[in-house]
Amino acid sequence: MANFVIVGAGECGARAAFALREKGFDGAITLIGSEAHLPYERPPLSKDALVAGAGPKLVAEATRYAEARIDVLTGRAVVEIDRAGNRILFDDGAALPYDKLLLATGARPRALPGTRHGGRIAALRSHDDAARIRAHLVEGSHIAILGGGFIGLELAASARKLGATVTLIEGLPRVLSRGVPAEIAEIVAHRHAAEGVEILCGAKVAGVEELPGEVCLTLESGRIVSANLLVVGIGAVPNTELAEAAGLVVENGISVDGRLRTSDPDIFAAGDCTSYPLPLYGERRIRLESWRNAQEQGQLAAANMLGGTQAHSAVPWFWSDQYDMTLQIAGLADGAATTVRREVGEGAFILFHLDAGGRLIAASGIGPGNVVARDIRLAEMLIAARVHPDPAELAAPETKLKKLLAA
Amino acid sequence: MSDTWVEVCAADEIDEEDVIRFDHSGRTFAIYRSPEDTYHATDGLCTHEKIHLADGLVMDHVIECPKHNGRFNYKTGEAKGAPVCVDLRTYPVKVEGGTVFIGL
Repeated sequence: MANFVIVGAGECGARAAFALREKGFDGAITLIGSEAHLPYERPPLSKDALVAGAGPKLVAEATRYAEARIDVLTGRAVVEIDRAGNRILFDDGAALPYDKLLLATGARPRALPGTRHGGRIAALRSHDDAARIRAHLVEGSHIAILGGGFIGLELAASARKLGATVTLIEGLPRVLSRGVPAEIAEIVAHRHAAEGVEILCGAKVAGVEELPGEVCLTLESGRIVSANLLVVGIGAVPNTELAEAAGLVVENGISVDGRLRTSDPDIFAAGDCTSYPLPLYGERRIRLESWRNAQEQGQLAAANMLGGTQAHSAVPWFWSDQYDMTLQIAGLADGAATTVRREVGEGAFILFHLDAGGRLIAASGIGPGNVVARDIRLAEMLIAARVHPDPAELAAPETKLKKLLAA
Repeated sequence: MSDTWVEVCAADEIDEEDVIRFDHSGRTFAIYRSPEDTYHATDGLCTHEKIHLADGLVMDHVIECPKHNGRFNYKTGEAKGAPVCVDLRTYPVKVEGGTVFIGL
Protein backbone atom coordinates (compact mmCIF):
# COMPACT_ATOMS: atom_id res chain seq x y z
CA MET A 1 0.00 0.00 0.00
CA ALA A 2 1.30 3.45 -0.90
CA ASN A 3 2.29 5.85 1.88
CA PHE A 4 1.69 9.53 1.34
CA VAL A 5 3.10 11.81 4.02
CA ILE A 6 2.34 15.49 4.56
CA VAL A 7 4.65 17.53 6.77
CA GLY A 8 2.83 20.59 8.07
CA ALA A 9 -0.70 20.47 9.42
CA GLY A 10 -2.00 23.94 8.64
CA GLU A 11 -4.65 24.93 6.14
CA CYS A 12 -2.57 23.68 3.24
CA GLY A 13 -1.58 20.29 4.63
CA ALA A 14 -5.07 19.51 5.89
CA ARG A 15 -6.71 20.45 2.59
CA ALA A 16 -4.19 18.32 0.73
CA ALA A 17 -4.93 15.32 2.96
CA PHE A 18 -8.67 15.49 2.35
CA ALA A 19 -8.15 16.17 -1.34
CA LEU A 20 -6.05 13.02 -1.71
CA ARG A 21 -8.92 10.95 -0.36
CA GLU A 22 -11.56 12.82 -2.35
CA LYS A 23 -9.56 12.14 -5.51
CA GLY A 24 -9.63 8.43 -4.83
CA PHE A 25 -6.26 7.73 -3.22
CA ASP A 26 -6.62 4.53 -1.23
CA GLY A 27 -3.22 4.29 0.49
CA ALA A 28 -2.10 5.60 3.87
CA ILE A 29 -2.18 9.35 4.52
CA THR A 30 -0.20 10.75 7.43
CA LEU A 31 -0.51 14.42 8.30
CA ILE A 32 2.14 15.69 10.70
CA GLY A 33 1.94 18.96 12.64
CA SER A 34 4.20 20.50 15.25
CA GLU A 35 1.37 22.20 17.14
CA ALA A 36 -0.78 20.49 19.73
CA HIS A 37 -4.05 21.34 17.94
CA LEU A 38 -5.73 19.69 15.00
CA PRO A 39 -5.33 21.83 11.85
CA TYR A 40 -7.13 25.13 12.26
CA GLU A 41 -7.75 28.25 10.20
CA ARG A 42 -5.34 31.09 10.91
CA PRO A 43 -7.30 34.13 9.66
CA PRO A 44 -9.44 34.33 12.85
CA LEU A 45 -6.31 34.55 15.03
CA SER A 46 -6.04 38.32 14.57
CA LYS A 47 -9.80 38.80 14.95
CA ASP A 48 -12.25 36.44 16.72
CA ALA A 49 -9.58 34.56 18.62
CA LEU A 50 -8.44 37.88 20.12
CA VAL A 51 -11.74 39.71 20.47
CA ALA A 52 -13.98 36.84 21.55
CA GLY A 53 -11.38 34.40 22.83
CA ALA A 54 -12.70 31.88 20.32
CA GLY A 55 -11.06 28.47 20.35
CA PRO A 56 -9.27 27.17 17.26
CA LYS A 57 -11.57 27.13 14.23
CA LEU A 58 -10.77 23.64 13.04
CA VAL A 59 -10.43 22.94 9.33
CA ALA A 60 -12.29 19.71 10.13
CA GLU A 61 -13.45 17.90 13.25
CA ALA A 62 -11.56 14.85 14.45
CA THR A 63 -14.29 12.52 13.20
CA ARG A 64 -13.78 13.67 9.63
CA TYR A 65 -10.11 12.67 9.72
CA ALA A 66 -11.13 9.28 11.05
CA GLU A 67 -13.76 8.86 8.33
CA ALA A 68 -11.25 9.84 5.65
CA ARG A 69 -8.63 7.52 7.23
CA ILE A 70 -6.18 10.39 7.66
CA ASP A 71 -3.68 9.73 10.41
CA VAL A 72 -3.01 13.07 12.11
CA LEU A 73 0.11 13.31 14.26
CA THR A 74 0.07 16.50 16.34
CA GLY A 75 2.91 17.91 18.41
CA ARG A 76 5.53 16.06 16.37
CA ALA A 77 8.73 17.53 15.03
CA VAL A 78 10.17 16.24 11.77
CA VAL A 79 13.93 16.82 11.75
CA GLU A 80 15.14 15.25 8.54
CA ILE A 81 14.14 14.05 5.11
CA ASP A 82 16.16 10.99 4.18
CA ARG A 83 15.73 11.19 0.42
CA ALA A 84 17.89 8.19 -0.33
CA GLY A 85 15.79 6.09 2.01
CA ASN A 86 12.44 7.71 1.08
CA ARG A 87 11.61 8.34 4.71
CA ILE A 88 11.33 11.15 7.19
CA LEU A 89 12.84 11.17 10.67
CA PHE A 90 11.32 12.58 13.84
CA ASP A 91 13.17 14.23 16.72
CA ASP A 92 12.61 11.13 18.86
CA GLY A 93 14.40 8.98 16.30
CA ALA A 94 11.26 7.43 14.81
CA ALA A 95 11.08 7.12 11.02
CA LEU A 96 8.21 7.06 8.58
CA PRO A 97 8.58 5.88 4.98
CA TYR A 98 6.94 7.74 2.13
CA ASP A 99 6.19 7.12 -1.52
CA LYS A 100 5.21 10.75 -2.02
CA LEU A 101 5.95 13.56 0.40
CA LEU A 102 4.30 16.97 0.59
CA LEU A 103 6.05 19.78 2.42
CA ALA A 104 3.47 22.25 3.71
CA THR A 105 5.65 23.61 6.46
CA GLY A 106 4.34 27.17 6.29
CA ALA A 107 6.17 30.22 7.54
CA ARG A 108 7.10 31.63 10.92
CA PRO A 109 7.06 35.24 12.11
CA ARG A 110 10.24 37.17 11.47
CA ALA A 111 11.86 38.28 14.72
CA LEU A 112 13.10 41.77 15.37
CA PRO A 113 16.90 41.42 15.25
CA GLY A 114 18.35 41.10 18.73
CA THR A 115 15.08 39.94 20.30
CA ARG A 116 13.28 36.66 20.90
CA HIS A 117 9.57 36.05 21.09
CA GLY A 118 8.74 35.39 24.73
CA GLY A 119 8.11 37.39 27.86
CA ARG A 120 6.64 40.73 26.84
CA ILE A 121 7.56 40.35 23.17
CA ALA A 122 5.15 38.32 21.10
CA ALA A 123 4.35 37.43 17.50
CA LEU A 124 1.03 36.27 16.12
CA ARG A 125 1.03 33.10 14.11
CA SER A 126 -0.49 30.33 16.20
CA HIS A 127 -3.56 29.90 18.33
CA ASP A 128 -1.35 29.80 21.42
CA ASP A 129 0.18 33.14 20.36
CA ALA A 130 -3.31 34.62 20.08
CA ALA A 131 -4.31 33.35 23.52
CA ARG A 132 -1.18 34.85 25.01
CA ILE A 133 -1.73 38.24 23.34
CA ARG A 134 -5.38 38.25 24.30
CA ALA A 135 -4.45 38.07 27.96
CA HIS A 136 -2.90 41.53 27.56
CA LEU A 137 -5.76 43.10 25.62
CA VAL A 138 -7.71 44.65 28.44
CA GLU A 139 -9.05 48.10 29.19
CA GLY A 140 -6.19 50.31 30.27
CA SER A 141 -3.35 48.18 28.92
CA HIS A 142 -0.98 49.53 26.29
CA ILE A 143 0.05 47.43 23.31
CA ALA A 144 2.88 48.38 21.00
CA ILE A 145 2.72 46.84 17.54
CA LEU A 146 5.73 46.78 15.29
CA GLY A 147 4.74 46.56 11.63
CA GLY A 148 1.86 48.12 9.73
CA GLY A 149 0.98 45.11 7.59
CA PHE A 150 -2.24 43.08 7.68
CA ILE A 151 -1.37 41.30 10.93
CA GLY A 152 -0.36 44.45 12.79
CA LEU A 153 -3.37 46.43 11.63
CA GLU A 154 -5.91 43.67 12.28
CA LEU A 155 -4.42 43.21 15.71
CA ALA A 156 -4.65 46.97 16.31
CA ALA A 157 -8.36 46.93 15.41
CA SER A 158 -9.02 43.98 17.72
CA ALA A 159 -7.06 45.59 20.56
CA ARG A 160 -9.09 48.79 20.24
CA LYS A 161 -12.32 46.80 20.35
CA LEU A 162 -11.19 45.47 23.71
CA GLY A 163 -10.26 48.92 24.98
CA ALA A 164 -6.48 48.64 24.95
CA THR A 165 -4.35 51.62 23.96
CA VAL A 166 -2.41 50.95 20.78
CA THR A 167 0.76 52.44 19.34
CA LEU A 168 1.66 51.05 15.93
CA ILE A 169 5.20 51.57 14.66
CA GLU A 170 5.96 51.24 10.95
CA GLY A 171 9.45 51.68 9.52
CA LEU A 172 8.32 52.71 6.04
CA PRO A 173 6.61 56.01 5.17
CA ARG A 174 3.14 54.43 5.13
CA VAL A 175 1.25 51.34 6.31
CA LEU A 176 0.53 48.42 3.96
CA SER A 177 3.42 49.21 1.62
CA ARG A 178 3.55 45.68 0.35
CA GLY A 179 0.90 45.04 -2.29
CA VAL A 180 -1.70 47.61 -1.23
CA PRO A 181 -2.14 50.89 -3.17
CA ALA A 182 -1.43 54.10 -1.26
CA GLU A 183 -4.98 55.34 -1.82
CA ILE A 184 -6.37 52.38 0.10
CA ALA A 185 -3.66 52.36 2.75
CA GLU A 186 -4.51 55.96 3.48
CA ILE A 187 -8.13 55.09 4.19
CA VAL A 188 -7.05 52.29 6.48
CA ALA A 189 -4.61 54.54 8.36
CA HIS A 190 -7.22 57.25 8.68
CA ARG A 191 -9.75 54.84 10.13
CA HIS A 192 -7.26 53.55 12.68
CA ALA A 193 -6.45 57.10 13.72
CA ALA A 194 -10.17 57.80 14.13
CA GLU A 195 -10.43 54.71 16.33
CA GLY A 196 -7.65 56.05 18.53
CA VAL A 197 -4.68 54.04 17.27
CA GLU A 198 -1.49 56.04 17.27
CA ILE A 199 0.41 55.23 14.06
CA LEU A 200 4.05 56.22 13.79
CA CYS A 201 5.29 55.83 10.21
CA GLY A 202 8.90 56.12 9.14
CA ALA A 203 9.85 55.14 12.68
CA LYS A 204 12.87 52.93 13.23
CA VAL A 205 13.48 51.00 16.42
CA ALA A 206 16.82 51.73 18.04
CA GLY A 207 16.39 49.45 21.02
CA VAL A 208 14.03 47.21 22.93
CA GLU A 209 14.30 46.58 26.64
CA GLU A 210 12.18 44.32 28.82
CA LEU A 211 11.63 45.77 32.28
CA PRO A 212 9.54 44.41 35.13
CA GLY A 213 5.93 44.81 34.04
CA GLU A 214 6.65 46.52 30.76
CA VAL A 215 8.57 46.55 27.51
CA CYS A 216 10.31 49.72 26.41
CA LEU A 217 11.03 50.66 22.81
CA THR A 218 13.41 53.45 21.97
CA LEU A 219 12.91 54.86 18.50
CA GLU A 220 15.67 56.46 16.46
CA SER A 221 13.84 59.76 16.87
CA GLY A 222 14.58 59.45 20.58
CA ARG A 223 10.98 58.80 21.49
CA ILE A 224 10.36 56.08 24.03
CA VAL A 225 7.26 53.87 23.79
CA SER A 226 6.47 51.89 26.93
CA ALA A 227 3.89 49.12 26.64
CA ASN A 228 2.59 46.08 28.46
CA LEU A 229 3.27 43.98 25.39
CA LEU A 230 5.13 44.39 22.12
CA VAL A 231 3.76 42.40 19.20
CA VAL A 232 6.13 42.08 16.27
CA GLY A 233 4.42 41.81 12.87
CA ILE A 234 7.23 42.46 10.42
CA GLY A 235 6.66 39.61 8.03
CA ALA A 236 7.22 35.89 7.89
CA VAL A 237 10.07 33.61 6.98
CA PRO A 238 9.32 30.42 5.04
CA ASN A 239 10.13 27.20 6.87
CA THR A 240 12.59 25.77 4.38
CA GLU A 241 15.22 24.22 6.69
CA LEU A 242 14.10 20.61 6.19
CA ALA A 243 14.09 21.04 2.43
CA GLU A 244 17.40 22.84 2.38
CA ALA A 245 19.13 20.25 4.55
CA ALA A 246 17.82 17.57 2.20
CA GLY A 247 19.42 19.35 -0.74
CA LEU A 248 16.22 20.54 -2.39
CA VAL A 249 16.38 23.81 -4.29
CA VAL A 250 15.30 26.75 -2.14
CA GLU A 251 14.86 30.30 -3.47
CA ASN A 252 12.70 32.50 -1.25
CA GLY A 253 10.81 29.37 -0.28
CA ILE A 254 11.03 25.77 -1.39
CA SER A 255 11.31 26.08 -5.13
CA VAL A 256 8.67 24.21 -7.10
CA ASP A 257 7.56 24.17 -10.71
CA GLY A 258 4.05 25.03 -11.82
CA ARG A 259 2.87 21.57 -10.77
CA LEU A 260 4.29 22.13 -7.27
CA ARG A 261 7.06 19.56 -7.72
CA THR A 262 10.36 20.20 -5.97
CA SER A 263 13.70 19.20 -7.44
CA ASP A 264 12.97 15.64 -6.14
CA PRO A 265 10.21 13.88 -8.13
CA ASP A 266 8.80 12.26 -4.97
CA ILE A 267 8.57 15.51 -3.03
CA PHE A 268 6.04 18.29 -3.53
CA ALA A 269 5.70 21.58 -1.67
CA ALA A 270 2.76 23.93 -1.30
CA GLY A 271 1.51 26.99 0.56
CA ASP A 272 3.44 29.68 2.45
CA CYS A 273 6.72 27.74 2.37
CA THR A 274 6.82 27.57 -1.42
CA SER A 275 7.96 29.78 -4.27
CA TYR A 276 6.48 29.06 -7.66
CA PRO A 277 6.34 30.57 -11.16
CA LEU A 278 3.19 32.47 -12.01
CA PRO A 279 2.33 32.31 -15.73
CA LEU A 280 -0.04 35.28 -15.52
CA TYR A 281 2.86 37.51 -14.57
CA GLY A 282 5.50 36.31 -17.01
CA GLU A 283 6.47 33.19 -15.01
CA ARG A 284 7.78 35.46 -12.28
CA ARG A 285 8.62 33.40 -9.18
CA ILE A 286 6.57 34.43 -6.17
CA ARG A 287 5.80 33.21 -2.68
CA LEU A 288 2.38 33.96 -1.25
CA GLU A 289 1.33 34.03 2.37
CA SER A 290 -2.38 33.71 1.94
CA TRP A 291 -5.18 31.51 3.16
CA ARG A 292 -6.65 30.89 -0.24
CA ASN A 293 -3.33 30.10 -1.84
CA ALA A 294 -2.61 27.58 0.91
CA GLN A 295 -5.92 25.92 0.21
CA GLU A 296 -5.63 25.92 -3.58
CA GLN A 297 -2.06 24.70 -3.62
CA GLY A 298 -2.83 21.99 -1.08
CA GLN A 299 -5.56 20.67 -3.32
CA LEU A 300 -3.46 20.96 -6.46
CA ALA A 301 -0.48 19.26 -4.84
CA ALA A 302 -2.76 16.37 -3.89
CA ALA A 303 -3.97 16.01 -7.47
CA ASN A 304 -0.43 16.10 -8.84
CA MET A 305 0.91 13.66 -6.22
CA LEU A 306 -1.63 11.29 -7.75
CA GLY A 307 -0.21 11.83 -11.23
CA GLY A 308 -2.05 14.98 -12.25
CA THR A 309 -0.30 17.40 -14.56
CA GLN A 310 -2.09 20.64 -13.89
CA ALA A 311 -0.08 23.79 -13.21
CA HIS A 312 -1.02 26.33 -10.58
CA SER A 313 -2.54 29.28 -12.38
CA ALA A 314 -4.81 30.93 -9.80
CA VAL A 315 -4.82 34.70 -9.48
CA PRO A 316 -3.33 35.72 -6.10
CA TRP A 317 -6.08 36.91 -3.77
CA PHE A 318 -5.98 38.49 -0.31
CA TRP A 319 -8.36 40.04 2.11
CA SER A 320 -8.19 41.87 5.41
CA ASP A 321 -10.92 42.76 7.89
CA GLN A 322 -10.42 45.76 10.15
CA TYR A 323 -13.31 47.23 12.16
CA ASP A 324 -16.30 47.00 9.79
CA MET A 325 -14.12 47.44 6.69
CA THR A 326 -12.98 44.76 4.31
CA LEU A 327 -10.15 45.16 1.88
CA GLN A 328 -9.78 42.70 -0.97
CA ILE A 329 -7.06 42.44 -3.56
CA ALA A 330 -6.88 40.21 -6.63
CA GLY A 331 -3.73 40.00 -8.70
CA LEU A 332 -0.35 41.69 -8.34
CA ALA A 333 -0.46 45.45 -8.88
CA ASP A 334 3.24 46.25 -8.87
CA GLY A 335 3.60 46.32 -12.65
CA ALA A 336 0.76 48.79 -13.06
CA ALA A 337 1.07 51.68 -15.51
CA THR A 338 -2.51 52.94 -15.18
CA THR A 339 -4.98 52.85 -12.32
CA VAL A 340 -8.68 53.65 -12.65
CA ARG A 341 -11.13 54.05 -9.82
CA ARG A 342 -14.68 52.72 -9.74
CA GLU A 343 -17.12 53.83 -7.05
CA VAL A 344 -19.17 51.00 -5.60
CA GLY A 345 -21.40 52.97 -3.23
CA GLU A 346 -21.41 53.30 0.57
CA GLY A 347 -18.00 55.00 0.23
CA ALA A 348 -16.51 51.81 -1.17
CA PHE A 349 -14.36 51.80 -4.29
CA ILE A 350 -12.23 49.56 -6.43
CA LEU A 351 -8.96 50.43 -8.12
CA PHE A 352 -8.27 48.59 -11.35
CA HIS A 353 -4.62 48.32 -12.27
CA LEU A 354 -3.58 47.93 -15.91
CA ASP A 355 -0.12 47.32 -17.28
CA ALA A 356 1.54 49.36 -20.02
CA GLY A 357 -0.14 47.23 -22.66
CA GLY A 358 -3.58 47.84 -21.17
CA ARG A 359 -4.01 44.39 -19.67
CA LEU A 360 -5.86 44.20 -16.37
CA ILE A 361 -3.33 42.85 -13.83
CA ALA A 362 -4.88 43.61 -10.45
CA ALA A 363 -7.85 45.07 -8.62
CA SER A 364 -7.91 46.41 -5.08
CA GLY A 365 -11.05 47.37 -3.22
CA ILE A 366 -12.10 48.62 0.18
CA GLY A 367 -15.46 49.28 1.75
CA PRO A 368 -17.81 48.40 4.57
CA GLY A 369 -18.75 44.76 4.97
CA ASN A 370 -18.40 42.75 1.79
CA VAL A 371 -19.60 45.38 -0.68
CA VAL A 372 -16.47 45.15 -2.86
CA ALA A 373 -16.36 41.35 -2.85
CA ARG A 374 -18.47 40.65 -5.89
CA ASP A 375 -16.65 43.08 -8.16
CA ILE A 376 -13.26 41.91 -6.93
CA ARG A 377 -14.26 38.33 -7.68
CA LEU A 378 -15.29 39.33 -11.20
CA ALA A 379 -12.06 41.31 -11.55
CA GLU A 380 -10.16 38.18 -10.59
CA MET A 381 -11.84 36.30 -13.44
CA LEU A 382 -11.11 39.16 -15.81
CA ILE A 383 -7.45 39.10 -14.77
CA ALA A 384 -7.30 35.33 -15.33
CA ALA A 385 -8.85 35.86 -18.77
CA ARG A 386 -6.05 38.38 -19.57
CA VAL A 387 -8.50 40.97 -20.80
CA HIS A 388 -7.63 44.47 -22.04
CA PRO A 389 -10.70 46.39 -20.90
CA ASP A 390 -11.55 49.98 -21.74
CA PRO A 391 -10.50 51.95 -18.62
CA ALA A 392 -13.51 54.26 -18.97
CA GLU A 393 -15.84 51.26 -18.92
CA LEU A 394 -14.17 49.89 -15.79
CA ALA A 395 -14.56 53.23 -14.05
CA ALA A 396 -18.23 53.62 -14.93
CA PRO A 397 -20.40 52.25 -12.09
CA GLU A 398 -23.14 51.35 -14.58
CA THR A 399 -20.85 48.93 -16.46
CA LYS A 400 -21.61 45.38 -15.38
CA LEU A 401 -18.29 43.61 -14.93
CA LYS A 402 -20.00 40.32 -15.71
CA LYS A 403 -20.72 41.67 -19.19
CA LEU A 404 -17.00 42.42 -19.71
CA LEU A 405 -16.28 38.82 -18.80
CA ALA A 406 -18.72 37.53 -21.40
CA ALA A 407 -17.31 39.87 -24.08
CA MET B 1 -45.54 21.87 1.52
CA SER B 2 -44.97 25.25 3.04
CA ASP B 3 -47.10 26.65 5.76
CA THR B 4 -46.83 30.28 4.76
CA TRP B 5 -45.95 32.17 1.62
CA VAL B 6 -44.19 35.41 2.40
CA GLU B 7 -43.88 38.20 -0.16
CA VAL B 8 -40.25 39.00 -1.03
CA CYS B 9 -40.15 41.57 -3.82
CA ALA B 10 -41.19 42.25 -7.39
CA ALA B 11 -39.78 39.66 -9.78
CA ASP B 12 -37.90 42.28 -11.78
CA GLU B 13 -36.10 43.60 -8.70
CA ILE B 14 -33.65 40.72 -9.01
CA ASP B 15 -31.44 40.72 -12.09
CA GLU B 16 -31.00 37.53 -14.05
CA GLU B 17 -28.16 35.43 -12.64
CA ASP B 18 -28.15 37.48 -9.46
CA VAL B 19 -29.17 37.39 -5.82
CA ILE B 20 -30.67 39.68 -3.18
CA ARG B 21 -30.84 39.53 0.58
CA PHE B 22 -34.27 39.15 2.23
CA ASP B 23 -34.77 39.53 5.97
CA HIS B 24 -37.95 38.29 7.62
CA SER B 25 -38.92 37.63 11.24
CA GLY B 26 -35.38 37.83 12.51
CA ARG B 27 -34.09 35.47 9.83
CA THR B 28 -32.12 36.22 6.71
CA PHE B 29 -32.45 34.57 3.31
CA ALA B 30 -30.88 34.80 -0.11
CA ILE B 31 -33.25 34.93 -3.08
CA TYR B 32 -31.86 34.04 -6.51
CA ARG B 33 -32.88 34.47 -10.11
CA SER B 34 -31.20 31.94 -12.38
CA PRO B 35 -30.02 32.48 -15.96
CA GLU B 36 -33.12 30.48 -17.04
CA ASP B 37 -35.31 32.98 -15.21
CA THR B 38 -36.31 30.62 -12.38
CA TYR B 39 -36.35 31.82 -8.77
CA HIS B 40 -34.80 30.08 -5.76
CA ALA B 41 -34.22 30.69 -2.06
CA THR B 42 -31.71 29.52 0.54
CA ASP B 43 -30.67 30.49 4.02
CA GLY B 44 -28.91 33.84 3.80
CA LEU B 45 -25.71 32.98 5.64
CA CYS B 46 -22.82 30.84 4.48
CA THR B 47 -22.45 27.64 6.52
CA HIS B 48 -18.73 28.31 6.94
CA GLU B 49 -18.58 31.67 8.77
CA LYS B 50 -22.06 33.20 8.74
CA ILE B 51 -21.38 35.68 5.95
CA HIS B 52 -24.29 37.11 3.94
CA LEU B 53 -24.30 35.23 0.65
CA ALA B 54 -26.25 38.00 -1.08
CA ASP B 55 -22.96 39.96 -1.33
CA GLY B 56 -21.52 37.07 -3.30
CA LEU B 57 -21.37 36.30 -6.97
CA VAL B 58 -23.90 34.16 -8.83
CA MET B 59 -22.44 32.24 -11.75
CA ASP B 60 -24.89 29.95 -13.46
CA HIS B 61 -26.43 27.86 -10.63
CA VAL B 62 -23.72 28.53 -8.11
CA ILE B 63 -23.54 31.17 -5.39
CA GLU B 64 -20.07 31.91 -4.11
CA CYS B 65 -19.56 33.32 -0.63
CA PRO B 66 -18.04 36.81 -0.81
CA LYS B 67 -15.58 36.09 1.98
CA HIS B 68 -13.93 32.77 1.43
CA ASN B 69 -15.33 31.60 -1.89
CA GLY B 70 -17.28 28.69 -0.48
CA ARG B 71 -19.61 27.56 -3.27
CA PHE B 72 -23.11 26.19 -3.17
CA ASN B 73 -25.60 25.11 -5.78
CA TYR B 74 -28.43 27.46 -4.83
CA LYS B 75 -31.06 25.25 -6.45
CA THR B 76 -30.23 22.25 -4.25
CA GLY B 77 -28.23 23.87 -1.43
CA GLU B 78 -25.37 21.45 -2.07
CA ALA B 79 -21.95 22.57 -0.76
CA LYS B 80 -19.43 22.30 -3.62
CA GLY B 81 -16.26 21.65 -1.58
CA ALA B 82 -13.69 23.33 0.68
CA PRO B 83 -13.99 25.48 2.69
CA VAL B 84 -17.69 24.64 2.93
CA CYS B 85 -18.81 21.17 3.87
CA VAL B 86 -22.32 21.78 5.23
CA ASP B 87 -25.15 22.20 2.70
CA LEU B 88 -27.38 25.27 2.65
CA ARG B 89 -31.03 24.87 3.48
CA THR B 90 -33.30 25.70 0.54
CA TYR B 91 -36.87 27.01 0.54
CA PRO B 92 -39.66 26.83 -2.03
CA VAL B 93 -40.26 29.94 -4.11
CA LYS B 94 -43.15 30.92 -6.35
CA VAL B 95 -43.80 33.90 -8.61
CA GLU B 96 -47.38 35.12 -8.88
CA GLY B 97 -48.55 38.28 -10.56
CA GLY B 98 -45.00 39.52 -10.94
CA THR B 99 -44.23 39.06 -7.22
CA VAL B 100 -41.77 36.61 -5.66
CA PHE B 101 -42.88 34.62 -2.59
CA ILE B 102 -40.82 32.40 -0.30
CA GLY B 103 -42.43 29.43 1.43
CA LEU B 104 -41.55 29.31 5.12
